[in-house]
Amino acid sequence: MKNTYWKFGILITAIVGTLTWLAVGGITQTKTYYKTIPELNAMGDRARDTNTRVSGYVAANSISRNGRVVKFTMTEESKRLDVVYDGIDPLPDTFKDGAQALADGRLQSDGTFHAKKIQAKCASKYEQKPTMAKPDPGSHAST
Amino acid sequence: MENIGALAILLAFCFAVYSVIGSVAGKLAKRPFLILSAERAVYCIWALLSTAAGILVYGLMAGDFRLAYVAAHSNRAMPTIYKFTSWWGGQEGSLLFWSWLLATYSMVVVYQNRRKFRDMMPYVTAILMTTQTFFLILIAFVARPFNVLMTATGAIYDRGDGAGLNPLLQYWTMVIHPPMLYLGYVGFVVPFAFAIGSLITKQPGESWIHTTRRWTLVTWMFQTTGILLGAGWAYAVLGWGGYWKWDPVENASLLPWITATAFLHSVMMQEKKGMMKVWNVVLVSTTFFLCIFGTFLTRSGIVNSVHAFAQSSIGNYFVVFLAVGIAGTVYLILTRLEFLKSEAQLESVLSRESSFLFNNLVLLASCFAVLWGTLFPVITDAIMHEKISVDEPFFNSVEVPIALFLMLLTGVGPLIAWRRSSIESLKRSFLIPMLCGVAVSSVLAVLGVRNVYALISFTLCVFVAVTVVIEFYKGAAAIKAKDGGNLIMSMVALTHRNTRRYGGYLVHLGVVCMFIGFTGKAFDKAATIEVAPGEPFSIGNYQLRTGMLETGQNDNYVWEKLPIMASKNGDSIGTFMPEHRLYIAEKQPQSEVEIRRGVNEDLYLNFAGMSADGQKAVIQAFVFPLVSWIWIGYWVVLAGTLICLTPSKARLIFARTEIVGIADKHARVEE
Repeated sequence: MKNTYWKFGILITAIVGTLTWLAVGGITQTKTYYKTIPELNAMGDRARDTNTRVSGYVAANSISRNGRVVKFTMTEESKRLDVVYDGIDPLPDTFKDGAQALADGRLQSDGTFHAKKIQAKCASKYEQKPTMAKPDPGSHAST
Repeated sequence: MENIGALAILLAFCFAVYSVIGSVAGKLAKRPFLILSAERAVYCIWALLSTAAGILVYGLMAGDFRLAYVAAHSNRAMPTIYKFTSWWGGQEGSLLFWSWLLATYSMVVVYQNRRKFRDMMPYVTAILMTTQTFFLILIAFVARPFNVLMTATGAIYDRGDGAGLNPLLQYWTMVIHPPMLYLGYVGFVVPFAFAIGSLITKQPGESWIHTTRRWTLVTWMFQTTGILLGAGWAYAVLGWGGYWKWDPVENASLLPWITATAFLHSVMMQEKKGMMKVWNVVLVSTTFFLCIFGTFLTRSGIVNSVHAFAQSSIGNYFVVFLAVGIAGTVYLILTRLEFLKSEAQLESVLSRESSFLFNNLVLLASCFAVLWGTLFPVITDAIMHEKISVDEPFFNSVEVPIALFLMLLTGVGPLIAWRRSSIESLKRSFLIPMLCGVAVSSVLAVLGVRNVYALISFTLCVFVAVTVVIEFYKGAAAIKAKDGGNLIMSMVALTHRNTRRYGGYLVHLGVVCMFIGFTGKAFDKAATIEVAPGEPFSIGNYQLRTGMLETGQNDNYVWEKLPIMASKNGDSIGTFMPEHRLYIAEKQPQSEVEIRRGVNEDLYLNFAGMSADGQKAVIQAFVFPLVSWIWIGYWVVLAGTLICLTPSKARLIFARTEIVGIADKHARVEE
C-alpha cells in the first residue's frame, strides 16, 4: 500500500512540476507590462528589453500611412511617444485622431515605439455600452 | 409601468428574504407550515420576476425611451428579435435575466421535490433563495433596470430613440449564446444547494448526487452549448478568424465548465466506489463559486475584455458574496469531514480509480492555470504594483499539453479495470488503437506534417476514436450474436441498455472531433492584402479576384459590399460578398465576413474597408483547415449528452465494491 502512494506521489509531482515549468516559461515569454507614457520613460533602458502595452491618446493629425506602415504620435499628460506600426492586422476603425489607444510592442533605441498590435477605443463613445470592441483582429477595447 | 416593475423586484426581494428565514426557522422549530409557506414564496418570486421581466421586455419592444435601460440598449431601427435580446444586452437587464432564470430553476426544484427530501429541502430552498436575495439586492438597489431618464430639473424625459444594441451582438448566435451560458451558470446553483443541504443535515450516502446528476448534466450541456456558440460567434462575426482568444470573459465561462467536467467524472468514483466524497463537494462548490466569479469578472471591470460591461461598484458586492459563501462552505466541509470518509482506497497506479484521479488532477490544474493567467494583472498589481498581463502563448503552452494528456486519459480511462490492471490486459485493450494512431500520424509525417503537437494530437485522436469504435463494435457484436438483427440495430440496442456508458463514449467521440478541429489551427494560413478592383491575389490553393464595390443603406446601417470571385486549383467556386457596415445609431463599423465552409478547410474572407486613399480594398484572407470539425464535434457531444440523459432500458444496479475489512478478514469471511 505504501508503495502505491509513493508511485502516486511521484507521478503527481511529475505532472504538477511539468505544468509549473510550462507555466513559468509561458509567463516569461509573454508577459507584457501595462505602462503609461511617463511610466515608460521612467523605465529607462529596461523598457527596451520588455514587452509593454502603452496607453495614450492619438495626437491630432499625427497619423501618417505609408503602405502597411502606420506612424502616429500618442500623448498622455503632455508626454509624447512616436509609434511605428507594421503589424499584419489592419488597424481598427475606431483608430483615429483623439481616440484612446493601446499599443503593444517595444521601445526602440531611437526612442520610437515599435508596435505589433494596436487597440483603440473611440473617445466619443459613452461609457455605458456593453462591449466596445471593434470587429477586428484581436482589438479588444479596454473597457 | 416602470413603477410596477420596480415594485415587483422589491417585493421579490422581500419574498426571497422571507423564504430564507422561513425555511430555516421552519426547519429548526419543526413547523412544516412555515417551511411550506417559504416554498410557496419561491413560486411568488417567479411570478413577480416574470412580471418585472415582462415589463422590461415590453418597454424594449414598444420603444419606451423614457427608460434609461431601453434608451441605452435599444433603438427604433433594430429588428424585433434584437429588441428582445436587448433584455440581456446590458448590465441591469442581464442581472434581471440571471435572477429570473434562478427563480425559474428554484421553482422547478421546489415543485419536483415537494414530497421528497423533506429534511434536506428547507436548506436547499434557503441556499437557492440566499443566492436569489443577493441578485435581487443588486437589481433592486444597485443596478436598477427601471430607472427613467430625467432632466436636470427632475422631470422624466423621453429621448425618442435609443443608442441601440451593440451591432456585434446583432447576430443570430448572440440571440441564444447568452441565455445558454446563463442557463449553465445559474443551473449549478442547484447541485450546490443540494450538496450543502446534505452537508448541513449530515446525510449519509450520496442522495444529493443521485438527485442532481441530471441537473448537472443538463447544465453542463448548456454551458458547453453556450461556450461553443460564443466560439462560433467569434469566428463568424469578429472577423479576426479565430474562435478562442483566452480573453478574460471567455476564460470566465471556461472555468466552471472545467470543474463541472471534473465533477461529472469524479461523481462516478463516489457512486461506484464511495471514494472522493470530500472532493466532490469541493468540486461542486468550486463550480458554483466560479459561476458567480464569472459573472463578477464580466461586470467588475477588474480585467480588460471585449465582453466587459461598464466598470461599476457592483464588483464589491460580488466580492463580499463570494467571500462569505466560500468561508461558509469551507467551514461546513471541515466540520462534516467524518461524514465524507472514503469507503475504499487507491490500490494501483494502473487502475480506473487512478485514471479518474489523474483526470481530475489535470482538469483542476488546467482550471488553475486559466484562472492564474486571467488574474495575472490583478495579482502582479497587488504584489509588485505593476500590471503585467500574459497572452495567448502562455495559455497555449500550458493548456495544449494538458489537453493532450486528457485526450490520452479519455482513451485509457473507460477501458482500464477497476482496482488494478496488469500490463498484459493493457496491451490487449490498447495495442490495436495505439497502432492505428501511430500509423495515421506516421503517414501524416511522411506527407510533410512536422508540427510535433499536431502529430501527437492526431495520434491520440485516432487512438481514442478506435477504442470507442471497438467498444461499440464488441458490445453490438455480442448482442447481434444473441438476438440476431443487423449491427446498427444492435448498436442502438446496446446504447439503450446502458445509456450513460455509451452516451459517454459518444461524448468522448465528439471531443475527439473537436480536437481534430483545434489541431487544424496548426496549419492556418493568413494574409492581409490591399488590392485595386480587378486585381488578382491568392492564398493557399485559392485564386481570388475582386470586383466593383457596391454600396447601399438601410435604416440600421450603411453598407459596402465587395464581390470576390474565387477559384480553387483553377475551378471556379463562386463569388463571395464580404460586407463592411457602418451602424448609424451606434456610429460603429462592423465587418460581415464570408466563409466558405468545408469539412477539410474553410476559406474565410473579411473586407476590412477601403484603404486610406479610397483606391484599394483591404482584404483579410484566411484558410482554416479542419475548423468545421469543432462544430461537428459539438453536435456529437450534444447527441451523446442527450443519450446520457435518457433512462436506460434496464435499470442498472451497479455492482459496488464495498470494502468490509482488511485482507485477512476477507479470507475468514470466505471460509
